[in-house]
Amino acid sequence: MVRKVLEGSHAIAEAVKLCNPDVVAAYPITPQTHIIERISEMVADGEFKTEFSRAESEHSAMSICLGAQAAGVRTFTSSASQGIALMHEVLYNVSGMRLPVVMAVVNRSLSSPLNIWCDWSDTFAERDSGWIQLYCESSQEAFDTIIQAYKIAENEKVSLPVMVCIDGFILSHVYEPVNIADKKLVRKFLPKYSGRKMDFDKPVTQGAWAGPDHFQEFKQAQHEAMRNSKDVIREANSEFKKIFGRGYGNGLVETYNMESAEHAIITMGSLCGTVKHILREKRIKDIGLIKVKSFRPFPIGLVKNSIKDLKSIGVLEKDISLGLGGALCYEIRGLTRKQAVSSFVGGLGGRDVKIEDFMRMFDDIREERRGLVWV
Amino acid sequence: MGVKCGFYQGATNCCGCPETIAIRNILEVAGKNTVVVNATSCLEIVSSQYPHTSWGVNYIHGAFENASAIASGVTLALEKLGKKGNVIAIAGDGGTLDIGLQALSGTLERGDKICFICMDNNAYMNTGIQRSSATPFGAWTTTSPPGKFSIGEEKWKKPIVEIVAAHRTPYVATASIGFIPDLKEKVKKALEKKNQPSFIHVECPCPLGWKFNPSKTIEIAKLAVKTGMWILYEIHNGKLNISKPAGKRKPVEEYLKTQGRFAHLFKPRNKHIIKKIQTHVDDEWERLLENQ
Repeated sequence: MVRKVLEGSHAIAEAVKLCNPDVVAAYPITPQTHIIERISEMVADGEFKTEFSRAESEHSAMSICLGAQAAGVRTFTSSASQGIALMHEVLYNVSGMRLPVVMAVVNRSLSSPLNIWCDWSDTFAERDSGWIQLYCESSQEAFDTIIQAYKIAENEKVSLPVMVCIDGFILSHVYEPVNIADKKLVRKFLPKYSGRKMDFDKPVTQGAWAGPDHFQEFKQAQHEAMRNSKDVIREANSEFKKIFGRGYGNGLVETYNMESAEHAIITMGSLCGTVKHILREKRIKDIGLIKVKSFRPFPIGLVKNSIKDLKSIGVLEKDISLGLGGALCYEIRGLTRKQAVSSFVGGLGGRDVKIEDFMRMFDDIREERRGLVWV
Repeated sequence: MGVKCGFYQGATNCCGCPETIAIRNILEVAGKNTVVVNATSCLEIVSSQYPHTSWGVNYIHGAFENASAIASGVTLALEKLGKKGNVIAIAGDGGTLDIGLQALSGTLERGDKICFICMDNNAYMNTGIQRSSATPFGAWTTTSPPGKFSIGEEKWKKPIVEIVAAHRTPYVATASIGFIPDLKEKVKKALEKKNQPSFIHVECPCPLGWKFNPSKTIEIAKLAVKTGMWILYEIHNGKLNISKPAGKRKPVEEYLKTQGRFAHLFKPRNKHIIKKIQTHVDDEWERLLENQ
């Protein structure tokens, strides 16, 4: 193991290199570019031997991954914002064809107005695309999650694509110490790709169309695979912890400071790091953190269980389902019977969520304030 | 024939469909070590309804506009797997000239070794005969109907072959299902470009969309070539060759009168349009001859 001070983007590039995908296809978009720039350098220097395709759009980048994965090799791409929106239909192709593509998403708002900074509108718009979505709190978690993502995606009980999401700029462009895992140990955790390879003697039709008498069964099977993936994500997290000594809750949900908590704030991504810092520094005992790492599959039972004895909860999120409210909050509301749920929408388009904002939110949660609060 | 050539019987295509004729012959040349990547299209719909398939070779369908990008991915993967085979992307005129043009340009520019075949039936037949940028001047379609203020399609066909050739793609050709030996020879040459992309533009007369009797498919394909409405040529390493058979051209009227989509051109007030088409064909022929 080597400990390096790395940008979040570069930590992801290092992890990708260790997973050794055979084909990488990508197209530049801020704030994701540093990932593919670093991969380009690795390829140019011969330290990462992959077929690296510089696609002419994100739509084609995802399509190249589709083709390569369908032919039987491991693939990677990364994107953000408009790039994710452009590849929208191909995301559905990939998940429907049950291809275990892994993509790093550096979360960024969607235009208009044009804005390059972080929020989750890009990946929340793909909530129902059939991709597993894992959100990371730190560069280390991003590094570790990329490696786990391949293990999860390629598990035959799952066979679904995975997005590893990090907050744009907040993680992608910030330097943090990152433990770079040993190559041999990574290989032990994640063996070479063993999925079905294209065989000229046993030809297969992939991407067939299905009429009303079959289409729904395909969706049921995808949903079942999503449900199966919960166990697989948990197993990947615990196996990873055994080998590398690092874990993130149970892989789906992580709790913090819940021992004597009467209230909780539920959020995702880098906001969790800020919450942990405040709770620790200010020695707050009555509020805990529930970090949703896996947005899809959504850990319904786990979240339900963590909130059942609390007086009230608040949900903080960097997205807005216009005409409804915070999308994450509405998922949580469906799991509560009696508690008040405060809904906080903030940090849109990269707005900083400050310590004093959190202190106000904590008060709102304690006071059981209901309704949407813009942070 | 089906099993040998990689395209089985049982496809649900219309009677007289030119595309299944083309694909059987293309696969006969390509052989079993072939991956077909198909854009959403007539060919895809008639051949791949779950749980059936007509394909005896590996076949992938993704979306409408990305056949060439998926094919790029397949070829990169095969390289990594150390497997030698042909990767053929097939799209209709919409999936090539219109919505698929960007992805195609990307594949050509990157030099990915795929053979892209455009099955051009001159309109969006799969959705009900809407005009595309491959619809010929003067033709009726459901979105270019002739009327009091319209002669039918009012734009000339997009010169896709030259657009592809401008990428310095080493082998670019037009072909016709009316001239099968020529088509097969061109597929062979295209697939010989092992490390570079190639492109073949096959004209596919569609009985439904062009409004002719399904027994006339081959006849009309031949007539298109004989009148110069469809010129067979290839651009091989930058050199343009007009393919045999050329011969003396028949007047375009003989071609136009065979199809209901041009019927309105024979009304007295539209006679000048036929003349305009004839001039266009003559000019096009001259231009290609000069570039030969």
